[in-house]
Amino acid sequence: MTERAQPPETAADLRADMLRLREEFPALHQRVRGRPLVYLDNAATTHKPRVVLEAMTRFYAEDNSNIHRGVHALSVRATEAYEQARSTVARFLNAPSASEIVFLRGTTEAINLIAHGLAHCRLRPGDEVLITHMEHHSNIVPWQMACNQSGATLKVVPITDNGELEPGAVERMITDRTRVVSVVHVSNSLGTVNPVREICALAHRVGAVVVVDGAQAVAHMAVDVQEIGCDAYAFSGHKLMGPTGVGTLWARQELLAELPPYQGGGDMIEVVTFEKTTYAKAPAKFEAGTPNISGAVGLGAAVFYIEQVGLDRIHAYETWLLERATEQMQAIPGLRLIGTAPGKAAILAFTLDTAHPHDIGTILDMEGVAIRTGHHCTQPVMVRMGVPATARASLSLYNTPEEIDTLCRAVNKVKEVFQ
Amino acid sequence: MSEMQDLYQEIILDHNRKPRNFTIPAHANHTAVGHNPLCGDQITVLVELEGGVIKTIGFQGAGCAISKASASLMTEAVKGRTIDEAKVIFEGFHDMVTGVAGAEPEALGKLAAFAGVCEYPARVKCASLAWHTLQAAITEGPTQVSTE
Ligand SMILES: Cc1ncc(COP(=O)(O)O)c(C=O)c1O
Repeated sequence: MTERAQPPETAADLRADMLRLREEFPALHQRVRGRPLVYLDNAATTHKPRVVLEAMTRFYAEDNSNIHRGVHALSVRATEAYEQARSTVARFLNAPSASEIVFLRGTTEAINLIAHGLAHCRLRPGDEVLITHMEHHSNIVPWQMACNQSGATLKVVPITDNGELEPGAVERMITDRTRVVSVVHVSNSLGTVNPVREICALAHRVGAVVVVDGAQAVAHMAVDVQEIGCDAYAFSGHKLMGPTGVGTLWARQELLAELPPYQGGGDMIEVVTFEKTTYAKAPAKFEAGTPNISGAVGLGAAVFYIEQVGLDRIHAYETWLLERATEQMQAIPGLRLIGTAPGKAAILAFTLDTAHPHDIGTILDMEGVAIRTGHHCTQPVMVRMGVPATARASLSLYNTPEEIDTLCRAVNKVKEVFQ
Repeated sequence: MSEMQDLYQEIILDHNRKPRNFTIPAHANHTAVGHNPLCGDQITVLVELEGGVIKTIGFQGAGCAISKASASLMTEAVKGRTIDEAKVIFEGFHDMVTGVAGAEPEALGKLAAFAGVCEYPARVKCASLAWHTLQAAITEGPTQVSTE
């Protein structure tokens, strides 16, 4: 018997499912300043489902041990749990091999590692590193440091008024001196989803390495590094419903082999003598010292959780929620949305004509609504958009349309106060 | 609603809308720039000091309601005062917004409007930015201050 194709899920089905999932996030069920918490700061960090908390507690309660260095049972179990998490992340990104997954502190450390390494092994005076105007500071500063060190030049792809890369600019700005292109997959301050696949194709014509900052992408859309065609991809566990202090750098085996170690210490060596040390192969080469074992276990559980919910469904639901929210917010007079690229992610950055973002944030907090205000570690974006700062609501699978209503009501309160 | 009024008192909203001494004094002889990198606020305080007295004072810049109103009310509070008197007011103000036990908002006149800030630790820097900048302007030392 052939299976019948499932009818496409309606928004109502999705909504009911996501509402059930919400129950699994303990931190969401609390009152703030006497009102139910409406958590809309998911681009800063997400809350954690119970399975993640339990996986980490269980690890400490049952398997706690150091890895890769004990013959005893607990050490073997801890090593297995850690390596299992590595395999889970590899599958999640569709990486060709788990040995290409390096566990680090997060996106920031991942980009620093690769920028530092490339400054040593690839970049020479006169070479060019290409980034974009919408990068997070963590994808700007490490490249400035790498350029300073190597004599390479940093070039910046401009963006349009609605927050997209300027059409044709990437192609125009890639030259035969371009050695690295480092670009954010999804912008944290604009929500723009960049055409990373096309960028990879353009960059590879001149043999440049492409690094993708995936911090805002992985929790909201399916990511396949082979399909994208990039050379390295970085993300943080805490934005993916996992713990803080753990993240991943995926990079092609050949690239990892070429990059020098980032830190020296235990676990990253083959043989140490006082005359000479030979290094272990990747990923161990980049994981000096005792890593964040429980963090990796938590990250593995988070990835597993996201996979079970399904990124296609998460994406569909968040897109539906975003459309509603956009419509409602655009109806508020004096509200300006910053970042309106077509197909953007569920991030709503905005300003009001009468109130400073900081005041918006405080009044929303009084209503139990948690958003972020400020420059969102993207000061060049603020300058480009002509604003000192923005208020930003960023959505996740556990947000509801009712929460969007509360957000809009709270924004209207701000307008009342600041007439 | 009362929480809202505790923080955003009418006098604060008024000074935000119509900041006083939002000018560049013609004879300013001391100035400093203050930044709050967290929210992008920037303020310049300009002072005409004469014999240790703040003869005129003005400010420029952009920021949130709390920082703008604080700058505006500060200029009113310290105009005509000696440097030492201004420092004493700042100490009292600082104690009040940081919630130091024994702070006496009543002694601060209109500045008591900022008493609600101590409930919002994230906003203390907004309220005190102008004061730190004034202090940098009228004392020897660097003329760029940052709340971070
Ligand atoms: C786009 C983007 N890149 C990089 C980062 C840095 O991530 P982390 O602070 O977890 O290293 C963030 C998060 O703030 C981000 O949103």
